[in-house]
Amino acid sequence: MNKNKSKNNKTILSVVLGIICVIYVLPMVVVVLNSFKQNTYVKTNTFAVPTGEMWAGFDNFVKGMTFGNYPFANSAGYSVLITVVSTALILLFTSMAAWFIARVDSKVCRAVYYLCVFSMVVPFQMVMFTLSKTADTLKLNTPWTIPVVYLGFGAGLAIFMFVGFVKSIPLEIEEAAAIDGAGPVKTFFQIVLPMMKPTLISVGILEIMWVWNDYLLPYLVLDRTKYMTIPIHIQFLKGSYGTVDLGATMALILLSIIPVIVFYLLCQKHIIKGVAAGAVKG
Amino acid sequence: MAKKKYGRNNHQPTVLAHQIGKWWWLFLLPVVLAFVIGFVWPFFQGIYLSFCKFKTTSDATLIGFSNYSRALSDPAFVHSFWYSALFAVTSLVFINIPAFAVAYALTQDIKGSNLYRTVFFMPNLIGGIVLGYIWSMIFDGVLSHYNTSILLNSTYGFWGLIILICWQQIGYMMIIYIAGLQAVPTDMIEAAEIDGASKWQTLFKVIIPNVMPSITICMFLSITNGFKLFDQNLALTGGQPFVMNPDGTTIKKTEMLALNIYNTFYNSNAASRGTAQAKAVIFFILVAALGLIQLKFTRDKEVQQ
Repeated sequence: MNKNKSKNNKTILSVVLGIICVIYVLPMVVVVLNSFKQNTYVKTNTFAVPTGEMWAGFDNFVKGMTFGNYPFANSAGYSVLITVVSTALILLFTSMAAWFIARVDSKVCRAVYYLCVFSMVVPFQMVMFTLSKTADTLKLNTPWTIPVVYLGFGAGLAIFMFVGFVKSIPLEIEEAAAIDGAGPVKTFFQIVLPMMKPTLISVGILEIMWVWNDYLLPYLVLDRTKYMTIPIHIQFLKGSYGTVDLGATMALILLSIIPVIVFYLLCQKHIIKGVAAGAVKG
Repeated sequence: MAKKKYGRNNHQPTVLAHQIGKWWWLFLLPVVLAFVIGFVWPFFQGIYLSFCKFKTTSDATLIGFSNYSRALSDPAFVHSFWYSALFAVTSLVFINIPAFAVAYALTQDIKGSNLYRTVFFMPNLIGGIVLGYIWSMIFDGVLSHYNTSILLNSTYGFWGLIILICWQQIGYMMIIYIAGLQAVPTDMIEAAEIDGASKWQTLFKVIIPNVMPSITICMFLSITNGFKLFDQNLALTGGQPFVMNPDGTTIKKTEMLALNIYNTFYNSNAASRGTAQAKAVIFFILVAALGLIQLKFTRDKEVQQ
């Protein structure tokens, strides 16, 4: 009897959660519906399925590409470029620095480490004005150079997580390599770096999610007349409210979400693990 | 509590350390240079400028604390502080209770829990600007039937932002709670059941005390996230509706701290940049203080265990 009751409870629980899940994905469904809807109906019939004269087909997607006098393909391209280069730079240089800090452990190393930990609690608004001026002066205001800014402002969490990991690797492996005649560069790239793989993935995921979705830093640092990223582009369209084609904007939003969802479904396990690791430590 | 350290005593430089030390220019220098450009220099220059009158970084003249007194007597800033505080506390409740409930349900070995977890976490990957746009379309789709808009009523603006942030962050907190719940020793729960404890007693007397570290982390995360919120605030309402005071100042009813600082920097008189930087320093102290309290809390818990 008791067992049956608990089984029934579980079924009920599962159904209830299923219903909540459906409610949870509804906003996404609304985005999909409206990206195929004629502009005038987006505001009046937001939740209707686009049929008959509401149906816009793929016109919205075509229109959206050249919307706001700036090609969306450029924004998407710059977003990809900035995210990939920044993440690669952060992973390479902070893992190297973290190994140095953990192994040499001098006064300078500790100072750098504590400054990095400190930087994690500093909100971006504190440095945004001075950082954007500094980046301007040093010509870091292009998509090819902005990764240096990301490396600098994002070093904190990465260094913190990598140093924590390196301290848990026994020294003996590296010492054995040194005795075999391997120099520090060889030791790092052939022995330490492969061992760091799980942390590299976690940090990589966190940095990708941060840089890809970041709005304010690129908005203030990049030369806006020439370069946009996807979040800047979307906010730019919203700024010109009223004149904007809502259907086309929804099409662009759908286009910008799809790669994120695909990325999520492909590396779900790593993403959830990385996020949990970052949250517990940060 | 002295933890066992791997390797040798920290203060005796090993042969290895000596060898690596020679390569500082390759391993350490790039990060240090970028860190100086991207954080250290802007941070200290920011503190210096908060005591100056300036329009750009090169025309600063020291004026002492008057930026701070101007910041603290700015009604819009004070309003945005209380608004952010109210938002942070409300979101704390509305995020954490459902997040814990869902996490608890998903750890009960039910059908489809992997799929549910995937769905609940998904909104977390969408950026704040895009989220704001999606939800402003949805809210206005509903409110337009009543001839109003989320931009016209600050109550709608507040609860709209709460709904948005719940949609985004419940899944995130859920992940942390699931990790905490899975770490509760099963024999403890079984022992409670054998002793005749009801489901609720087990939950409140055994499980919740054991996941306290996760609860502390999630509570601080939601409070800090609430205070630091910017993208979603900008994209959903941008501070609207605006209300004019009799003395000519404007209060943006749904403007939070970070957005207020941003607007003071870039969307008002350039002469008020000193005030904006002072506000930013106050904001930094607030967020850093929250971080330090969190650290103290989590450390205390570690000692107890």
